[in-house]
Amino acid sequence: MILHSEDLHRIARDEQDRRDGFRHQVHVCMAAGCLSCGSGEVKQALEAEVARRGLAGRCQVKGVGCLGLCAAGPLVAVDDGATRYQGVQAADAAAIVDALGGSPVERLRCSGDMAFFQRQTRIVTENCGRIDPERIEEYIAAAGYHGLHRALTGMSRQEVIDEVGHSGLRGRGGAGFPAGLKWTAVAKAGDSLKFVICNADEGDPGAFMDRSVLESDPHRVIEGMAIAGYAIGASQGFIYVRAEYPLAVKRVRHALAQAERLGLLGNGIFHTPFTFHIKVRLGAGAFVCGEETALIASIEGRMGRPRPRPPFPAEFGLWEHPTLINNVETFANVAPIIRNGAAWFSAIGTEKSRGTKVFALAGKVVNTGLIEVPMGTTLRDIVFEIGGGIPGGRRFKAVQTGGPSGGCIPSQFLDMPVDYESLAQVGSIMGSGGMIVIDDSACMVDVARFFMEFCMTESCGKCVPCRVGTRQIHDLLARITAGQATPADQATLEDLCDLVRHTSLCGLGQSSPNPVLTTLKYFRDEYHAHIHERRCLAGACSAAGEVV
Amino acid sequence: MSPEFPKKVRSDLNPSRVLTFRIDGRDVSARADESILIVARQNGIAIPTLCHLDGLSERGACRLCIVEIKGSARLQPACVTYPRQDMEVVTTSERVVAYRRKILELLFTERNHVCSVCVSNGHCELQDLAVELGVSHVRYPYLYPGYPVDASHERFCVDHNRCVLCLRCVRVCDEIEGAHTWDVMGRGITSQVIIDLNQPWGTSETCTSCGKCVQVCPTGALTEKGRSVAEISRRRRFLPYLQMMRERRDER
Repeated sequence: MILHSEDLHRIARDEQDRRDGFRHQVHVCMAAGCLSCGSGEVKQALEAEVARRGLAGRCQVKGVGCLGLCAAGPLVAVDDGATRYQGVQAADAAAIVDALGGSPVERLRCSGDMAFFQRQTRIVTENCGRIDPERIEEYIAAAGYHGLHRALTGMSRQEVIDEVGHSGLRGRGGAGFPAGLKWTAVAKAGDSLKFVICNADEGDPGAFMDRSVLESDPHRVIEGMAIAGYAIGASQGFIYVRAEYPLAVKRVRHALAQAERLGLLGNGIFHTPFTFHIKVRLGAGAFVCGEETALIASIEGRMGRPRPRPPFPAEFGLWEHPTLINNVETFANVAPIIRNGAAWFSAIGTEKSRGTKVFALAGKVVNTGLIEVPMGTTLRDIVFEIGGGIPGGRRFKAVQTGGPSGGCIPSQFLDMPVDYESLAQVGSIMGSGGMIVIDDSACMVDVARFFMEFCMTESCGKCVPCRVGTRQIHDLLARITAGQATPADQATLEDLCDLVRHTSLCGLGQSSPNPVLTTLKYFRDEYHAHIHERRCLAGACSAAGEVV
Repeated sequence: MSPEFPKKVRSDLNPSRVLTFRIDGRDVSARADESILIVARQNGIAIPTLCHLDGLSERGACRLCIVEIKGSARLQPACVTYPRQDMEVVTTSERVVAYRRKILELLFTERNHVCSVCVSNGHCELQDLAVELGVSHVRYPYLYPGYPVDASHERFCVDHNRCVLCLRCVRVCDEIEGAHTWDVMGRGITSQVIIDLNQPWGTSETCTSCGKCVQVCPTGALTEKGRSVAEISRRRRFLPYLQMMRERRDER
């Protein structure tokens, strides 16, 4: 079956009619976070309760993607977010059904109802918590695949690339390379065989943006990849997703099968000559496979180790053919850009960083969860307004962005707008969007040690500075936190960080000293106290003080 | 292991193009597909290397051949970086020399390189590099890992305590001998070269006992049995020869 545009509109209309037939909508979050605390049973209980009262034709109970406030799961949203409930248990089903159309159940209402949900701008996550990720019809009803239709039937390849270029979209995987520039490069590469790869090997500790997008709205990524395939002249795509995300893998595979069934993937999409197929490849749990050349090696069936660039994948990629690699979130932005135009997208955000960014807010913050804000939102807004501040009456100390490649940003930069340039200026990076809030109970040397331990165990071992250097840096940090270090050790530490940063082969090694360098810069007094006074200012390192 | 670096002819390197550039202030000429390392050696400019070996694919992994390129903040490994017209390369700036020395020191701390009891003493590339770069002491703590020695092969011996993970053995076995007996397992600081599926060398069914791995090993990790301290010698002239024969066969 191959769709025409009328079919697309018919599916959307039918879906809308179906939805309008229900007076009430009860959305139960079925993303990994809420599922793990029992949202599956909640949904069953709600369905049973609705059926028992004979309301099945008037009230729809639906499993949806991530509702965002992961800390307070399982989450239930009634009537498209008019009321949100948190911490719902199966036993609460009757109360929730009772309250439909009346006043909500106060004891279950989300406390973070206001700022957390109101302050966000949703592009990538616009369908998260609204549609059933396992039904393509719902995605189509939410203007899904209209962007692909518009690109294939109304735009030339160059026009698609120009649209993405003019939108100012930058790669959301971390480095922020302009997407339009990358697409142009691959489109210009002279080879009849090209590939599109979606990098879903999200490995930063505390980051779960890509997982949530794939679990909540997989078709958005598929549509983005197909548009990219058309623009650069590729007919084969790969989604490289880590095997630790079984639900995301399942939903992506399900979505691919549905798209193929409707002819939205396959041969002659929308009766044009364009052909596009997507396959899923699972990563086996190596952080370094998020690096593009290592990822390509892994798809090819070789060991996931980076190789020197140039040549870049845009010219010499998968099986040595030109390859476009973008992150999940980058592809998720593509369809809205094609649908609404570059001007619409570039009006959001800051001058150099357009659009929005999804962050996984984690650590010592009240509202842990998934948020999407315009670029340029201040850290203060994110942590204290949307995040709801620090729990337990503790004080804010720092926020760690960009995972093990990023840095710790202290409180004096709370009013800094979050965009690629500002973060780089203070020694951190945007990264893929992990944001870990640290309160005053944490020792910053120990935080640095944690991230260095991560880099040490995830180093692939190919180049010497990263393989041995990260181990030596880790050992030095462990000595400092144990209260056994000398002033000379701190000099050695800084010296090694400089070495690893400037001589490592790939981005993993080059950026691995960032957590150490930023804590040395902004929390030098803590290092000083450990080394010279044998004590930990935060009182977190128990060993310090005992070993004098 | 398939080659670490693409084997297909790189479209960005045109072998019929020649260009001139400068290394350490000297004008040199190069073919566009010759690396900075190759051109430097042609002109008698020494750049230290460890994982590089003529005749094997490049890895760009030991980072000892890093050089400065004017106008670029990033240091580049000479073995996998190709010249551009009028490029200015500096191979001996204080900065890169200091980095090279530190990288070498890191290698010395990683395993147990005790020259006085090593068969390779006096014939060891790691030792030569230390002399060349003036490593008189090591400023980082030694890690002293305890690695096993595998002497189960009838003629050869592997001592992981001396291994620098240059993977020359892996490449020569795959690319020249075609046996692919060697590979590497684990990652990061726990990486280790292995025989077949990590089994004793003597039980390998793929090993042809050709000994090429032993000949290319830069340190005392791979040795012939029956040699005592400082007694090993390496014969490597076969490598470029085999490489040349293979290229000629490809041309035919």
